[in-house]
Amino acid sequence: MSDQPTTAKVVVIGAGIVGNSVVGHLAELGWRNIVQIDKGPLPNPGGSTGHASNFIFPVDHNKEMCLLTADSQRQYIEMGVNTTCGGIEVARKPERLEEFRRRMTSSTSWGIDSRLLTPEEVKEMVPFINDEVILGGFYTPSVSCVDSLRAGTIFRERAMALDALTVVPNVEVEAVETEQGKVVAVVTDQGRIDCEYVVIACGVWSPRIAAMAGATIPLTPAVHQMIDVGPIAELEATGNEIGFPIVRDMDTFCYERQSGGSMEVGSYAHRPIFMKADEIPSIKASRLSPTELPFTAEDFDQQLEEALELMPSILETAEMKYAINGLLSLTPDGFPLLGETVEVKNLWSAAAVWIKEGPGAGRMIAEWMTHGAPEIDPHQSDIARFYKYARNDHHVRERCAEHFNKTYGIVHPREQWESERNIRTAPYHARTEALGAVYFQAGGWERPHWYESNAHLVEHYGVEAREHEWDARWWSPIQNAEHLAMREHVGMIDLAPFVVFDITGPGAFDYLQYLTVNSVNVAVGRSVYTPLLDVNGGFRSDLTIMRLGEQEFRVVTGAFDGPRDAFWFRKHLPTDGSVVFTDKTSAFCTIGVWGPKARALVETLTNDDVSHEGLPYGSTKEVLFDSIDVRLFRISYVGELGFEIYVPMEHAQAVWDKIYSAGQAFNIVPVGAGVYGTTGRIEKGYRLMGAELEGEYSPVEAGLARPKVKAADFIGKEAYLKAREAGPAAVLCTLTVEDNVSPRDGIKRYMTGSEPILTLEGQRIVDNRGRSSYVTTAGAGPSVGKYLLMAYLPIEIAIVGTELRVMYMNELYPVKVAVAGSTPLFDPADERMKV
Amino acid sequence: MRILVCVKRVPAPGARIVLTEDSLGIDTRNLGFTTSPHEECAVEAAIQLVEEHGGDVTVLTLGGTDADEQLRYAISVGAHKAVLITNDDLAAGRDADAVATAKALSAAIRDLESADGIFDLLLFGNESADSGGFQVGIRVARALDRPIVNGIKGIEIADGNATARRECNDGYEVYQLAMPAVLGVKEGINLPRYATLPGRLRSKKAEVTHLDSATESGRVTTTSLATPLEQTVNTVMLGEGAGAAAAVVDMLVEMGLA
Repeated sequence: MSDQPTTAKVVVIGAGIVGNSVVGHLAELGWRNIVQIDKGPLPNPGGSTGHASNFIFPVDHNKEMCLLTADSQRQYIEMGVNTTCGGIEVARKPERLEEFRRRMTSSTSWGIDSRLLTPEEVKEMVPFINDEVILGGFYTPSVSCVDSLRAGTIFRERAMALDALTVVPNVEVEAVETEQGKVVAVVTDQGRIDCEYVVIACGVWSPRIAAMAGATIPLTPAVHQMIDVGPIAELEATGNEIGFPIVRDMDTFCYERQSGGSMEVGSYAHRPIFMKADEIPSIKASRLSPTELPFTAEDFDQQLEEALELMPSILETAEMKYAINGLLSLTPDGFPLLGETVEVKNLWSAAAVWIKEGPGAGRMIAEWMTHGAPEIDPHQSDIARFYKYARNDHHVRERCAEHFNKTYGIVHPREQWESERNIRTAPYHARTEALGAVYFQAGGWERPHWYESNAHLVEHYGVEAREHEWDARWWSPIQNAEHLAMREHVGMIDLAPFVVFDITGPGAFDYLQYLTVNSVNVAVGRSVYTPLLDVNGGFRSDLTIMRLGEQEFRVVTGAFDGPRDAFWFRKHLPTDGSVVFTDKTSAFCTIGVWGPKARALVETLTNDDVSHEGLPYGSTKEVLFDSIDVRLFRISYVGELGFEIYVPMEHAQAVWDKIYSAGQAFNIVPVGAGVYGTTGRIEKGYRLMGAELEGEYSPVEAGLARPKVKAADFIGKEAYLKAREAGPAAVLCTLTVEDNVSPRDGIKRYMTGSEPILTLEGQRIVDNRGRSSYVTTAGAGPSVGKYLLMAYLPIEIAIVGTELRVMYMNELYPVKVAVAGSTPLFDPADERMKV
Repeated sequence: MRILVCVKRVPAPGARIVLTEDSLGIDTRNLGFTTSPHEECAVEAAIQLVEEHGGDVTVLTLGGTDADEQLRYAISVGAHKAVLITNDDLAAGRDADAVATAKALSAAIRDLESADGIFDLLLFGNESADSGGFQVGIRVARALDRPIVNGIKGIEIADGNATARRECNDGYEVYQLAMPAVLGVKEGINLPRYATLPGRLRSKKAEVTHLDSATESGRVTTTSLATPLEQTVNTVMLGEGAGAAAAVVDMLVEMGLA
């Protein structure tokens, strides 16, 4: 606690669990002259940390969140502020039991000990539970409660012991100043602090502080209701802060957590109640704290009834001593907001982080700021992941309103959003709609996933339906039929969501060479597929670059990673103006035409030479479709002869019509992204960023290392060279599911991804770098007649023919390694696309 | 015995009270509402009395329909009946002054008593938390021609009499009132209980009787509210650990406590 300094290397705004963790880790990594400010007093400045329930359930279906939580729990343990109490999720509905089997599968994937309980077993552990209203439980012994305020103090004390930190409480931020797009100062009611970096770690207030610098942190403060009920003799008798496992009443979206002699009941079941960061009351104007708002009892009555039903013996007579509408942060997709803001250089966001991820998020930010990349791949938490349309209050609120009540919900991995639809549509949207397209959203675009107009093909190709409702959800047998029709004739695919950047100028070549693993030193009219690495040598992106001129390149990347890639490219632009970056995503629409008859079809549309000699594989050129200039790019993500056709947006519908109409003579089928993204891709073993390709694995392990390394320097080169020298610890494999029939109910089941690959005995498989084997992509291979999985396997078992097991819904299924490495299972020699 | 408690819905502010832009009211956008603390104690006292002597507790308020919240809270902790005097003006947020309030309450109490019998005790809070007029209980007692004592911190019932205690400088004043009587209760008489879960759920289903009243606002109008200057508290660190002992002793001496 001291007077406010006038200069700092970095100003961290916020002294909740996140800000404290950031300063602790920055100091540990060697940062000095850190100034941490907060508008409130210490150790509880009045943010969400101060009223948090402070418990940690380590199991999540999502890998990144699991890793962040595991890291956080490890840190809490190391600081001595973690009390292990165990936790039980209880089911009231049959579908929840299936979800518990899925959770067992995820806990096995991520190495967390969990087990299923009968209602009687639940009652043994929690004697005051009414076992008549529950059907079973999912128990995780390592669930714990933490003292997040104490942890924060320890983080600060450690930083101060290193003489790295000055803490200034009770100051209000009035401005965050920038110069030429870079943060330069924080101004508070006690004066100005000139600085090089700013970290915004002020939870629900983050959007307000970011806006002062012209940046966006897309979250909304949202109410989470909580009451404290006591005194309860059974709980007092434990003599502990927590003596019974925490109970999550999953089907009522509530939890019951002992807190000394009373019980805390919290809920995610009430209506979504949002605030704006600017409307949160000041500390002095708040009765309790700015994030403990007056309780709106009527929103909680349903939960009271359900809590009474679950624990009648202890809740009947206890009094409600404390009840709040607590504020916490929600984001459009439920993931944190970490990383450098896209608008302002050196302005970092460490927001929308809950207690269970706090210390891990702090470490992630500190490593990222120090080294350029964190140890845990941050792609799902990266604040750069949002398109502009997703960065405003309207979008945030629409999406948060939709997912708030799914906090404890059963969410299918393929589930689509209902809100904020039809905001990005291709020019020929009316055409695909008329063909009965079922749309999934990709980067905000409505992208056909399959076409109901192809329903007749299901019988023609004899595609099996899926018996289990869960497996059939957000899926159609039409996808497999479209796949087979494309491989037999020709398919046209809406690729409007493609993200397109033009990189031009005298410095373009050197600039790209510095970003890419593979050389862009190719002839004009040729292309290169290349990974982009971070400094650790892990995947940052993979994309395709066409060379359109000596100083003119076109980068094409996927819809899901477009914003992160755009940020990466912009971030590394030279400041001398020698390279111009232009985002052409909204200027071009792309249509894919693939299949054995693709060339014959395109030849009817143009007089230009599109023969194998005139347009070899991997090359690109502009041709005329009647009067319309289009760019053909001969490449394929589905393993067939054909082209990506880049069309100026205003011509896209006309070109769609030309292809569709001429295609009739070739039995053309419109083909959805179910084929493009999954079945066609997995048969060819093509890797997907965020699934197979992520920070934890190198190109060597992904099977994407080329025989030689280019001479030019590039980001991640040093790590890449080391990875080549060390050789892979794991190899990306394609596995076939040998028998899909469930041992439990005798019906065929279909994995969705993230399931663990196990030994024949059902043991977890972990490579010598501690990474477990799990399914990175799962999907049908209609042309190979098998259900396929991709997974990294330790090198010693990554051998064709190795028999293993995959767990799905807590049952084991036999699988076999079909391919070790990047050779496609279907058409291994790529003869179909290179003719 | 039959007890009636008059309560008032008031904002539950923090340390700084934020006024509306026209300075005529309190900005309640982020505030909850509560029952005036003295009245919470009056409700608790009434519940304890009927727990001991039998009978029932009725809570009565004058206000907009949102004052239902405070009546139901009283039910959730044990009151039996709830009555709301309201009209369009009150629902629109217009305040009634002490004269008008007392007039409306007196009329309502007469109506309730003519239907179901006399209330042995009418309890009021000593003063409301917001306007602090100290008048309503006295005016109602006067209108109904019943004895009243204010500032009460203890009530006992025996032989048709109420014995009431209030603090004075050197001890207690003890009053005996023949019932029916009126008492103005002061915070500290008891520690009000919180609602139980079943209590809250019961209160939600309870019936609140609405009495329409042609209450006037009265002749007192608010022209402006002002926030007093904030008192700044200067905290001085006297030291840490054992090293602070000497300074603490000096301070205690200075304060005349040692």
